[in-house]
Amino acid sequence: MPSSADTLEQLTQRDYEWGFVTDIESDSVPPGLDEDVIRLISKKKNEPDWLLDWRLEAYRRWLTMPEPAWSTVRHAPIDYQAIVYYSAPKTGAQPKSLEEVDPELLRTYEKLGIPLAEQKRLAGVAVDAVFDSVSVATTFKSELEKHGILFCSFSEAVQSHPELVRQYLGSVVPQGDNKHAALNSAVFTDGSFAYVPKGVRCPMELSTYFRINAANTGQFERTLIIADEGSYVSYLEGCTAPKRDENQLHAAVVELVALERAEIKYSTVQNWYPGDAEGRGGIYNFVTKRGKCAGRRSKISWTQVETGSAITWKYPSCILQGDESVGEFYSVALTANRQQADTGTKMIHIGKNTRSTIVSKGIAAGHGRQAYRGLVKINKGATGARNHSQCDSLLLGDKCQADTFPYLEVKNPSAVVEHEATTSKIGEDQLFYCRQRGISAEDAVSMIVNGFCKQVLRELPMEFAVEAQKLLGLSLEGSVG
Amino acid sequence: MTAPLLEIRGLRARVGENEILRGIDLVVRPGEVHAIMGPNGSGKSTLAGALAGRPDIEVTAGSVRYEGQDLLALAPELRAREGIFLAFQYPVEIPGVTNLYFLKSALNAIRRHRGQEELDAIEFLTLVRERTKLVEMDEKMMSRAINEGFSGGEKKRNEVLQMAVLEPRLAILDETDSGLDIDALRIVSGGVNALRSPERAMLVITHYQRLLDYIVPDQVHVLAAGRIVRSGSKDLALELEEKGYGWLEEAARAS
Repeated sequence: MPSSADTLEQLTQRDYEWGFVTDIESDSVPPGLDEDVIRLISKKKNEPDWLLDWRLEAYRRWLTMPEPAWSTVRHAPIDYQAIVYYSAPKTGAQPKSLEEVDPELLRTYEKLGIPLAEQKRLAGVAVDAVFDSVSVATTFKSELEKHGILFCSFSEAVQSHPELVRQYLGSVVPQGDNKHAALNSAVFTDGSFAYVPKGVRCPMELSTYFRINAANTGQFERTLIIADEGSYVSYLEGCTAPKRDENQLHAAVVELVALERAEIKYSTVQNWYPGDAEGRGGIYNFVTKRGKCAGRRSKISWTQVETGSAITWKYPSCILQGDESVGEFYSVALTANRQQADTGTKMIHIGKNTRSTIVSKGIAAGHGRQAYRGLVKINKGATGARNHSQCDSLLLGDKCQADTFPYLEVKNPSAVVEHEATTSKIGEDQLFYCRQRGISAEDAVSMIVNGFCKQVLRELPMEFAVEAQKLLGLSLEGSVG
Repeated sequence: MTAPLLEIRGLRARVGENEILRGIDLVVRPGEVHAIMGPNGSGKSTLAGALAGRPDIEVTAGSVRYEGQDLLALAPELRAREGIFLAFQYPVEIPGVTNLYFLKSALNAIRRHRGQEELDAIEFLTLVRERTKLVEMDEKMMSRAINEGFSGGEKKRNEVLQMAVLEPRLAILDETDSGLDIDALRIVSGGVNALRSPERAMLVITHYQRLLDYIVPDQVHVLAAGRIVRSGSKDLALELEEKGYGWLEEAARAS
């Protein structure tokens, strides 16, 4: 009879079912990066001069910046000159409506479970579909416009609402924030833009589905969400990519701005191709996500389920500037095979009586490595600030690793900061208990893992919670000897 | 005489380097309740674990036939689906997984194996509601995480409840009485007795005669140093109560 350690090892092998390639002709620029490539991207997008200048400034800063070396992730140096910085499906003119979108693209999204066609759309979810470097379709746009909500691709927003873009772009994540953010600022190609006007509660979930398709291409998308006074919006993002032997870079930037009494709920189910069992291929997911609670009593809540990518490096953070503003971070990160994740959050308390909650659940299996890295910073003026952090790690097998790096900077004596951390193993006894009741080892592991993540999964919108649960189960699926 | 439900022949097993079971022979027929008694370290829990397929127990010799098939060839979940239930001495906690969800998954896995339709949420709730009465358990405990924060008595009641819902053919109760006060003992035994039936057999493992006042066995076996050294009627338990295990252990060593 195999020991539980063997069973767990086999259980953590995985099959990636989103790894197909769409056969579609693309319009790509040659690999490599210089100012001309940036000018070309900007020109293709018909951008105003101020934006081109902004990109070039970012590029010049990027050239001088070192790679972040403080995290636990390890990879060979990235050859930035080997990457294609712009790739778009060749569809001629920008499609005006879904009828003009290449049917091959619609089929791709349907296969991914994101039907875009009118009659099949997900009820209550507006989707912006980003394929390689461009947005190919946005659903429910006119429905949202009735409420004054703007939801479109970033490129479109630059054309239709340049004043909003110019006001907020880089206001939360400055160009030179870190090397990956600087690269994104220089070469970002598309992404989603949302603006919810004063007092409007967005009647449906907004979502973006990111798909990388072309080989050797990086995806550099930029998302900007602005919730005006007293508004509410829930936004979701999902992502997949084909199986390829080489690593692909995904360096995104997400900026959120919540004005007085506004609330933004941002959920991610990240399922980029993780690479194979030996660690070949997979996406490098180097993402800078940050929200600013600019107004009094505003709230930003991040929920992420990270199951994909060869390497995940991301720290969705909150700047709690408004008095009584609230920041939340709920995270599940799963690393199997040779996957690595260094993820966590930063909660920067500036305003008075600001509150933050951090719940991080890390699951490491196979040779997976992961670290929780979190900063809680209470500034001098943040009287009455409170934080509660809880970081739990679950190990499956004995070749994986999980570390916790909590950082605390408290400059106001009235602050209350609590931190709890646990590390546990899926015990042989838990597994046996389930099996003795007739539950298969695979189902038992999936059940134990889902139970471990429950606190986070329940923060997800319903449809996503189900999806995420399945994904966690699938990611650990394999044959039991 | 009816065909045996369980037939153990010359069973030897070890945990790590230590041989714990050193040749067990035991036949259990449907409807019978057998008590397994013996001092600490005599191999009682190892016997229970070997029958259920605990992964750290290695069977080195002997055979176990259950309903005529080779039990030792089956994975633990298959043994469970074939009707073997182990009430754990130390039931584990599984955070975030509710009792209700766990038990429903277990029951439906067993039903699928038997070619029966899965129960839907309402049918399942009706069944559970009825069975919780058997162990006088508050229904609210069903929506709590498995055994998390349960008292010793609540954990044992939960084990018996699971047994009542899963309706095994062979129930193995591993020191279900340990850590119970007299009221809990009465409730748990009451639950077990309600499940006695002509089709179902039980192996009741206990350290103390006390339990057998409540669950009256058909046969009592005394385990010492990995062997059954004495078998008899329920009176044997009373004799043990009086004389202790010492005399049997000496006899075992001498043999």
